[in-house]
Amino acid sequence: MSEIQTKDSGGGKKKKGGSKQKKISVFVDFTPMVDMNMLLITFFMLCTSLSKPQTMEINMPSNDKKITDADKSMVKASQAVTLLLTGGDSIFYYTGQPDYKDYNSLKLSSYKASGIRAFLLKRNSDAVSKIDDLKQKKLQLKMTQDQFTKQASEIKNGKNTPVVIIKATDKATYKNLIDALDEMQICNIGKYVIDTIAASDRFLLKNRAAKGAFSRAGGK
Amino acid sequence: MSKVKVARKSTRIDMTAMSDVTVLLLTFFMLTSTFVKKEPVQVTTPASVSEIKIPETNILSILIDPKGKVFLSLDKQSDMVETLTSVGKDYGITFTPGEIKKFKILKTFGVPMKSMKAYLAMSSENQDKVLKDMGVPTDKTNNEFKSWIKNARVTNKDLRIAIKADQNTPYKVIKDVMSSLQDLRENRYNLITSLKKVSAK
Repeated sequence: MSEIQTKDSGGGKKKKGGSKQKKISVFVDFTPMVDMNMLLITFFMLCTSLSKPQTMEINMPSNDKKITDADKSMVKASQAVTLLLTGGDSIFYYTGQPDYKDYNSLKLSSYKASGIRAFLLKRNSDAVSKIDDLKQKKLQLKMTQDQFTKQASEIKNGKNTPVVIIKATDKATYKNLIDALDEMQICNIGKYVIDTIAASDRFLLKNRAAKGAFSRAGGK
Repeated sequence: MSKVKVARKSTRIDMTAMSDVTVLLLTFFMLTSTFVKKEPVQVTTPASVSEIKIPETNILSILIDPKGKVFLSLDKQSDMVETLTSVGKDYGITFTPGEIKKFKILKTFGVPMKSMKAYLAMSSENQDKVLKDMGVPTDKTNNEFKSWIKNARVTNKDLRIAIKADQNTPYKVIKDVMSSLQDLRENRYNLITSLKKVSAK
């Protein structure tokens, strides 16, 4: 392939006598070329990031002090789920209004599939089943991507879907926060918010750790 | 006994095909690659199921290392220059064209304003060494971070903010950054994560 043969035009006539012109074969050696290419490939493979990083889009509530109470949307207590992220693998949650008297109202869960995910999927079972139907329809090519996203967001922000409030303590890591946000996506929860932890939430955590010692002391 | 004559065979291997393949591969890598940005600190992003890709241009990325140091990077050099001059104005520092030129080629920056001039005077090797221990101050008394974001937003309206933080960063640091952003009414931003496969049930 990398050989170029030049045949002398004289053919056999010049065999005897005359100048002995041999068949010249020009053989180009590609080995150095391959070497160089391999080097370049190695360089590119090591210096590049092929996959672009994934992102998560979040909307934070505005910090504006001017917002009056009338503008604030109140969440029905029956729909609210508050997650308290502490460090490690544990996650505490309560539904609706916290019960400061009963330390057992604050429940312990984990980031595992059987933990908080199972709970949220159960709470949101209505929307989850609808979204599953929608996904099936999309797989059967009955709808376009645009229709799918529109309808999915309608379902997610529907009336009776739970509203999740995520509060993280200072001990929690960034990973915990991302994991919690991830659960929102897996469980198809459209309404969630990241809030700063309040003193009352700290009290709940402390009270639970002390098995209700604080609420008993406060009650008396 | 006659010797068995072994026919002399040429050991030459034709490398043309090999060369073809390598050139092809090379072309593929050259076309698909985006270069890894040089970052002052190693950051492992947490995994998530989110599959949204990050846009390529107009990104202001905020890099947060496990110790809570904050670094910034902008993808357009013109934005960087304008932001630097306007932030400098806020702090009463004017930069010489030479300093601006040096700032322009920085991939990531994150130096307190008072040491910015000294930092820009260093050689690039020394800059890399020192940058690890610097970081934009985010504390309440001296929040230069806010000033950077504010001025970057003024220079480029379409800027998207992306936060890239290590998975072991304490939430306290993230909270500070997020509340600074909230104060500036930057309520939409992206969190950079790596991909994780999770089944829904």
